[in-house]
Amino acid sequence: MPKRTDLKHILVIGSGPIVIGQACEFDYSGTQACRVLRSEGIRVSLVNSNPATIMTDPEFADATYVEPITPEFVELVIAKERPDAILATLGGQTALNTAVALHEAGVLEKYGVELIGANIDAINRGEDRQLFKEIVAKAGVRLGVDDPAGLVPRSRVCHSMDEVEATVAELGLPVVIRPSFTMGGLGSGMAHTPEDLARIAGDGLSASPVHEVLIEESVLGWKEYELELMRDRHDNVVVVCSIENIDPMGVHTGDSVTVAPAMTLTDREYQRLRDLGIAVLREVGVDTGGCNIQFAVNPVDGRIVVIEMNPRVSRSSALASKATGFPIAKIAAKLAIGYTLDEIPNDITLKTPAAFEPTLDYVVVKIPRFAFEKFPGADPELTTTMKSVGEAMSLGRNFTEALNKAMRSMETKSAGFWSVPDPAGVTLADTLAALRIPHDGRLYTVERALRLGASIAEVAEASGGIDPWFLDQIAALIELRTEIVDAPVLDADLLRRAKRAGLSDRQLAALRPELAAEDGVRTLRHRLDVRPVYKTVDTCAAEFEATTPYHYSTYDLESEVVPSDRPKVLILGSGPNRIGQGIEFDYSCVHAVQALRSAGYETVMVNCNPETVSTDYDTADRLYFEPLTFEDVLEVWHAEDSSGRAAGGPGVVGVVVQLGGQTPLGLAQRLKNAGVPIVGTSPESIHLAEERGAFGAVLARAGLRAPAHGMATSYDEAKTIADEIGYPVLVRPSYVLGGRGMEIVYDDPTLRDYIGRATDISPDHPVLVDRFLDDAIEIDVDALCDADGEVYIGGVMEHIEEAGIHSGDSSCALPPITLAGSHLVEVRRYTEAIARGVGVRGLLNVQYALKDDVLYVLEANPRASRTVPFVSKATAVPLAKAAARIALGASIAELRAEGLLPATGDGGTMPADAPVAVKEAVLPFKRFRTRAGKGIDSLLGPEMKSTGEVMGIDTNFGHAFAKSQSAAYGSLPTAGKIFVSVANRDKRGMIFPIKRLADLGFEIVATAGTAEVLRRHGIACEQIRKHYQAGAGDDAVSLIGGGHVALVINTPQGSGASARSDGYEIRSAAVTADIPCITTVPGAAAAVMGIEARIRGDMQVRPLQDLHAILRAAQ
Amino acid sequence: MVKRRPAILVLEDGRTFPGEAYGSVGETFGEAVFNTGMTGYQETLTDPSYHRQVVVQTAPHIGNTGVNGEDDESGRIWVAGYVVRDPARIGSNWRATGGLEDRLATEGVVGISGVDTRALTRHLRERGAMRVGISSIDNDPQSLLARVRQAPQMVGADLSAEVSTAEPYVVEALGEHRFTVAALDLGIKRNVPRRLATRGVTTHVLPASSSIDQMLATGADAIFLSPGPGDPATADAPVELAREALRREVPLFGICFGSQILGRALGFGTYKLGYGHRGINQPVLDRVTGKVEVTSHNHGFAVQVPGSGDGAVVPDQVIDTDFGGVRVSHVCLNDNVVEGLRAVDLPAFTVQYHPEAAAGPHDADYLFDRFAELIEGRTHSKGRSNA
Repeated sequence: MPKRTDLKHILVIGSGPIVIGQACEFDYSGTQACRVLRSEGIRVSLVNSNPATIMTDPEFADATYVEPITPEFVELVIAKERPDAILATLGGQTALNTAVALHEAGVLEKYGVELIGANIDAINRGEDRQLFKEIVAKAGVRLGVDDPAGLVPRSRVCHSMDEVEATVAELGLPVVIRPSFTMGGLGSGMAHTPEDLARIAGDGLSASPVHEVLIEESVLGWKEYELELMRDRHDNVVVVCSIENIDPMGVHTGDSVTVAPAMTLTDREYQRLRDLGIAVLREVGVDTGGCNIQFAVNPVDGRIVVIEMNPRVSRSSALASKATGFPIAKIAAKLAIGYTLDEIPNDITLKTPAAFEPTLDYVVVKIPRFAFEKFPGADPELTTTMKSVGEAMSLGRNFTEALNKAMRSMETKSAGFWSVPDPAGVTLADTLAALRIPHDGRLYTVERALRLGASIAEVAEASGGIDPWFLDQIAALIELRTEIVDAPVLDADLLRRAKRAGLSDRQLAALRPELAAEDGVRTLRHRLDVRPVYKTVDTCAAEFEATTPYHYSTYDLESEVVPSDRPKVLILGSGPNRIGQGIEFDYSCVHAVQALRSAGYETVMVNCNPETVSTDYDTADRLYFEPLTFEDVLEVWHAEDSSGRAAGGPGVVGVVVQLGGQTPLGLAQRLKNAGVPIVGTSPESIHLAEERGAFGAVLARAGLRAPAHGMATSYDEAKTIADEIGYPVLVRPSYVLGGRGMEIVYDDPTLRDYIGRATDISPDHPVLVDRFLDDAIEIDVDALCDADGEVYIGGVMEHIEEAGIHSGDSSCALPPITLAGSHLVEVRRYTEAIARGVGVRGLLNVQYALKDDVLYVLEANPRASRTVPFVSKATAVPLAKAAARIALGASIAELRAEGLLPATGDGGTMPADAPVAVKEAVLPFKRFRTRAGKGIDSLLGPEMKSTGEVMGIDTNFGHAFAKSQSAAYGSLPTAGKIFVSVANRDKRGMIFPIKRLADLGFEIVATAGTAEVLRRHGIACEQIRKHYQAGAGDDAVSLIGGGHVALVINTPQGSGASARSDGYEIRSAAVTADIPCITTVPGAAAAVMGIEARIRGDMQVRPLQDLHAILRAAQ
Repeated sequence: MVKRRPAILVLEDGRTFPGEAYGSVGETFGEAVFNTGMTGYQETLTDPSYHRQVVVQTAPHIGNTGVNGEDDESGRIWVAGYVVRDPARIGSNWRATGGLEDRLATEGVVGISGVDTRALTRHLRERGAMRVGISSIDNDPQSLLARVRQAPQMVGADLSAEVSTAEPYVVEALGEHRFTVAALDLGIKRNVPRRLATRGVTTHVLPASSSIDQMLATGADAIFLSPGPGDPATADAPVELAREALRREVPLFGICFGSQILGRALGFGTYKLGYGHRGINQPVLDRVTGKVEVTSHNHGFAVQVPGSGDGAVVPDQVIDTDFGGVRVSHVCLNDNVVEGLRAVDLPAFTVQYHPEAAAGPHDADYLFDRFAELIEGRTHSKGRSNA
């Protein structure tokens, strides 16, 4: 069937900010969709509030709305754009839920907009658990299965706790609780006790937008599988990929270590899953596109149950696309506009059609990345609620190779088995006990248990059902380990076998201390000529010739790197998403690829994050899906450089490390020492900015101010420094990422406590003690600097919260909203001095604090920052593209002449009437619970905790801020009760904003101290007791928990344990109740402006293309 | 990962691959072919169509689920040799009765592991299927190469007698008996009579040398031509049998080798594909419904109809033959190879691929329904004309 001709304009809905359970995989899928639709001549409008996405680059759509993905705003877009259809199946649960809401509100009908990809009935059938059960049973009947009702776990949908209890009385504990219509398994869990049941089911009922939970027979410990399917409108169905979870049922698939293809199914069993998957897909009625179905298989008797299906592209489909080379989202977009699978060519072979099932001649392993260290108190047990913040994928020619590569891709302290010593004193008994609770890095525990003498059967039992085949693979590694340890010398044969098993030089070095560490192993390996080859991901196990250079390393006979004589540039990506290093860095890497490709270089991408656009094989000329470790990167460089030179070309002319965040930056010096041509800012210059003493000298030479500081290795030293520079002080370990371990300390006892907790402290790793500038305005600057020392200010961002909150977590505005012209002059002078002093060749990010009209330098990072995409979108200047060109030798003057940068002016000279962009961070507190099941503290501090960000852009600050809040949290309230409890030092600043809220008609509720101050200023308010004060009726926490409050304003007390803990109870209640919670005075002031804008009701939407035209006209 | 005994694989063009002994230690020769299925190694090994072939598995891990009682497609392993990259040390499945390597050793199947199977597959793709030797007793490539070059070729090989049943046997219908089919065993797989049985068909499986009269003497309502190994150009007797069935208007269905036999009976030629179709992910277009099915393939030869071959799209029109009009009912979307024939004027159709799957997807299972409908139509109209 050919393409539909009646679809001329399609609105694509994105997935908004990166949150746990919904990450940049939807940028990957959405970007593919936009590309496909436009290449088909269809007008594309797009809504997505996330500025760090490639899809929101203005060239990917005809009209790009960086606006909140809420029914309210999407309706405004529909009214303005009048599309023929909406494609909502590529934007995750956010897009799908928004589409359903628009349908229910009658908006789609009102504007005559068709929902393509999946219809409302299919969405409901897929997502409504009761309907879905019936669907599966029907599919079973159609297939002639003996016990169709047994194809789903026995279960019942409940709408109240009474119903829940009655159901459990029948099914018995444990049971699984799953709320309807939530993403990433939010609110679901397993109840073993009546207390668990009350808590999880209660939370689940409130988390579900339809107040519905499913109580279900436990299939804990069963084998878990997923199939990724595609269907076209001619009812052709293909299975793109099978995925097996190593962690059995009970751990969310997003938190499980998974393998593709399925490893432990016979054909008979696999085909039953396939038949069932296809039958369910047909019964659900997904018209066209991708869908994912999860199964559990009882390891004892092979009984299969269908767990769930997503009638849309999902995180797993991104993984499946990268794992197989079959681009699900791209094909889904084509199917949505009417093509059938047999009409679409296979992207990789070009000769065969997409109507086939990829076959793999390699193994893919995905490992989730967690961030529990960021959330003290959060329960790290893995459950059916997803908690991971990112993932890495790897490919190998066998399971252990892929597993070892994935483990070293995680960039955690351990880089694979044996890379760090076992914890002191562990026993087999401890280890087996630890296995019983699913946790991050459980395969390390598995390995240790086997090595300490447990049998495969014992480990299978203790781990709750990990398949013996996987355990045997790890046992084989342990046998190899023994051989390596015992061998008199590491000869070529043994070394080759070790490499084929996936062991890194670093792992081998740990086993053979005499080899002088990783470098020694590498020297030996190169001398024995044991080097990797590179195979191709081709969808067809080499049956047909592949045209796409998508490679992975392995130790085999033959390499498939096609020689090329063009000048090549390697761009190193940023690895798994984690807090502090997310999609923003991938965005910059993709831009570098685009800029360098169009400048005539052959671009080579190296990355291991399957969610990203950078690892789409369409992005760079060549893609290496490899861990970002020194060893793996060095080998890729060698393969590309030597094949390029052999072809008579210059080989690799540069390796770009500045754009992928700390990960590639950390490799720069070693790569350079090994002869790799690092371009852009030199490793020595990077060191100048990162090493405190050296950087201090740079500042001193230029006469720039920085807060007073010192370094301490003990409490006494720290106290001496604190006494000298005065409290409050900012303390942190000397080597930090994303503000890890950073705290603001106001007094001696807290300082003593901090030093006591800092376990890694040593003369090599001192604690840094800085004067903390209270009540300062924090300013973030992104700038470019070229080899001539010419500086281009990309943008000056003014933080809305005061200094002390990590820049990644605070909201900011661009252009700055309160800074004076003289401040901007000063900022420019400082930035230029730092850029030149450090020797930056590319991007530089500087953080400043402005206190009492004096500018202080907080820190400088000579690399692409998190804010580069935001600044680029807000100013219409592609900073990362310019940085990549500068790294390869272009000057700012040349880039201005070329038009990549504006001919005159820069981001520091924006016109007064420029649109205001507000960046707001999105925080994951809702995802976590303490072991006791309580919410965790949502207080912000110098340690970054956000997973993503949104942008609100409009002609004035109030509107832009309101949009940013709608996009990040759902909308700010326009009526209702506001709870206020602020620290003493904040009481003054809070009076005016609260008064304004009272004037706007909000009811104010406050705790005693705050209430007293407010009343003295004539603000009527209801007084409520604190949580720990005795009394009758509601306290602050129960009032919030009961859902009677629309907004919480709570600033933390600087000291005093009980005030702090009450604040914690209040904030965690707000998190649990899903109410906006503002924790700073400037935040409250901004919220008031946003609320006013909402009450006025004059919100408008405007495409980025129009806003950029205004900006360009002004340049 | 523990070291095994060294072994080598040598192709007839001299390319040599090092590896390690797998299965039985010894030496073996055959035609090197690659199979791209990610599941179903046991079905593959026991498929008689792989007789005299050395199978290269592109899936890197083989043996993960051990050996499972119900999964054999015949009474023994047929492959002449087995090439894998990473053999499993243990088989893990609730139905498993043993490990794969033990089974290979017990049945004397010489294999090689640790081979760069992808490089080997790419070589076969570029140069075509060719003879190969595996040895874990002689590690000298030159001496092995000399023996490889003496091994018999697949072109011109008549292998039906070697794989066929010696004695007839019957597979009873499940449930109500509706029809009887006589199957000519040229290397039949167990799942064919099983799939027929679910349609109420009792299958009499007869030796390859059987005559049409012997077949019809079973009381058969229809004839089935089975899959099997070898060069269809040599299968003169089955071709003649098929012609006779056409003349007598006996309903006829054939799979794979059986399809090539019908092709020849209709007057078409057959030819050897460069490297064949062996896998369970092949897209086939059913020209009757316009739908695509994902199918199981195992064929190194194909039927040549006028206008087919070299990737050219086969015209969708009635081709005149001695037996009336014939249509190409199915084509492979990867390379436009003829995958199914349907007589327009006679009750006969065949497919080149494997609707019985095992291993592979069940998308084409409907063809057994078509066969049952064909038989029903004929017996029904026959009954009426007799009345």
